[in-house]
Amino acid sequence: MNWAVILPFLIILLAFFIIGIWASKPLAKSNSFLQDYFLGDRQLGGFILAMTMVATYGSASSFIGGPGIAYTQGLGWVLLSMAQLATGYFVLMILGKKFAIVARKYKAITLVDFLKERYQSKWVVLLSAFSIIIFLFSSMGAQWVGGGVLIESLTGMSYTTSLFIFALSAIVYVILGGFRAVALTDVLQGVVMFIGTLTLLIATIIAGGGIDNIIADLTAENPNLITPYGFDGGLKPLYVSSFWILVGIGVVGLPQITVRAMSYKNSKAMHQAIIVSTIVVGFIMLGMHLIGVFARPILPGIEKGDTVMPLLAMEVLPPWLAGVVLAAPMAAIMSTVNALLLLVSSAIVKDVYSNYIKPDASEKTIKNISLIVTTVIGILVFIMALSPPDFIIWLNLFAFGGLEAAFIWPVVLGLYWQKGNKYGAVFSMIIGVGSYILFDSFYPNAFGMHTVTLPILLSLVAYVVGSLVTRQEVKLG
Amino acid sequence: MKNGIDEKDPRFKVANREALIGIILVIINFLWWFGFAYGMGSESVENYSYIMGLPAWFFYSCVGGFILMVILVIFVVKFFFKDVPFEDEGGESE
Repeated sequence: MNWAVILPFLIILLAFFIIGIWASKPLAKSNSFLQDYFLGDRQLGGFILAMTMVATYGSASSFIGGPGIAYTQGLGWVLLSMAQLATGYFVLMILGKKFAIVARKYKAITLVDFLKERYQSKWVVLLSAFSIIIFLFSSMGAQWVGGGVLIESLTGMSYTTSLFIFALSAIVYVILGGFRAVALTDVLQGVVMFIGTLTLLIATIIAGGGIDNIIADLTAENPNLITPYGFDGGLKPLYVSSFWILVGIGVVGLPQITVRAMSYKNSKAMHQAIIVSTIVVGFIMLGMHLIGVFARPILPGIEKGDTVMPLLAMEVLPPWLAGVVLAAPMAAIMSTVNALLLLVSSAIVKDVYSNYIKPDASEKTIKNISLIVTTVIGILVFIMALSPPDFIIWLNLFAFGGLEAAFIWPVVLGLYWQKGNKYGAVFSMIIGVGSYILFDSFYPNAFGMHTVTLPILLSLVAYVVGSLVTRQEVKLG
Repeated sequence: MKNGIDEKDPRFKVANREALIGIILVIINFLWWFGFAYGMGSESVENYSYIMGLPAWFFYSCVGGFILMVILVIFVVKFFFKDVPFEDEGGESE
C-alpha cells in the first residue's frame, strides 16, 4: 500500500462523511420529513445548486472513462465532450422558473409527483417510477463497480473489501442526511473535482514539456490525433454533433437532474447557479478530456483506457497530491451514486408506496420505510456489484438515453404545451423507450447518428400526435 | 386553468422568455462549436495554425467557445433574467 497517496485520499473521504452527519441535524427536527429528506426543503442557494448539478452529472465517465477514450481518440474526443457545456445553462434555463413555480404549486417532491399532478394518470406515474427504478438501479451498479475498482487500484486491497468500504460510506451519507447531505457533500465534491482537474492539467502540461511540445509529439505519432476526426478519421461530424442530444440538451430529461431543478430557494439562486455551473462544467469537461489527450506522449502505450487517469496522476504528481486529485473521480462517482440511491428510494417510497399502496401512511411510517428502502437498495446494489452480470453493464450504457427518451417530452412539453395530455405522455414514454431498445438492438447509430437521436424525435412525434388525436376524440364524443 | 395552473400568470411570461433565451444560446453554442471545428479543422494538418500551442480550430471551437458561452450566459442572466417570487402569495401581490 502506498500510504502517501492513501492518506490524503482518506482524509477527503472522511470530510464527506462529517458533512453528511452534520447535515443530518436539521432533518431530525424537521416537521416535513419527505420534503426535507428528498428535496432539502427547497432551500438550496445558487452555489450549492450549481455544484450539486455538476457533481451529479459529472460521474465516473467524466473522470475515468472519458479521459481514457480521449487518450485513444485525440482532440476529436475533447471536441465531442464539449457538447456537455450546454448542460451547464440549458437545463436550468429550460425548466427554469416555470418548473420551480409549478412544482411548488403541485407540492411535488419528485419528478414523478410533477408528472402525476400534470397528467392525472396512474399509468404515467407507474411507467415513470418503473423506468426510474430499472434504469437508475442499473446505472448505480456500474458506478459502484467504478468506485470499488478505484479504491482497489489505489490501496491494493481486494475488490470485495474495496467495494465494501465504498458501499458503506455511500449508504451512510444518504441514510443520515438525505438530499441535504447529498447536496452539501456535492459542493465539496464539486470543489474537489474542479481543483483536481486544474492541478492535474497543470502538472500534465509541465510533465509534457509545454503544450507546443505535447502537440508536436502527438503530430509526430499520428497527425489525426490533432484533427477533429479521431485517430483513424472515424469521428464523423454528424455522429459527433448528435452527442449534443445525448449529453447536451437531452439531459433535461434525466430525473436526477430535474429533481435538482425544483430544489432551489429563489430566482436569485437559479441565476447564480446558471453562471457557476456553466463555468464549472465547461472547465471540468475541457480540462479532464485534454488531460487524457496530453497523457499520451507522457505515458505511451496504455492499453486499458480506464487506468490512464490514475496512472497519470501517480506519474506527474507528488504522492500526497495524487491522493487529493484521485479523490476527484471518487467524489464524482460517490455524488452520482448518492443522487441515484436517493432517487430510486424516492421512486419506491414516494411515488409507488405512498401513492398507491398505502396513501394514509403516517409521517413516521414513511420515514422508517424510506430509511429501510434506502438501506435495502444499497445492499442489493452491493451484491450486484460484487460480480456484475453483463446484463447490468448493458443496461447502464442504456440507462442514460433510455431515461432521456422516456422523460424529455412529458416534462418539457408538459410544462410549455397546454394541449399535451396523459395519452401523449404515455405514448411518448412507450415509443421513446421501445424504439430506443429496438434501434439499439437492430440498428445502432442509425444514419450515422448516436442511437438516442431518433427515439427522441419519435417520442416527440408520439407525444404531439397522441395528445392531438385523443383531444379530437374527446371533442367528438 | 388546468390543475390550478393559471397559464396567464405573468411569471410564466418571464419563464417562457427565459426558456427561449436558453434555446437561442444553445444554437449559438452549437454553430460556433461546429463552425470552427469543422471549418478550420478540415484542412490538412500541415496547414494548421496554432494558438497557445493548440491547433487553431480547437482553440477557437473548444477553448474560445467555452469562454464565449460563459460571457454570453453572464450577460443574459444579468440583463435579461428577471427575479420572480416562486411562492403563490408573492405571485398574486404583483
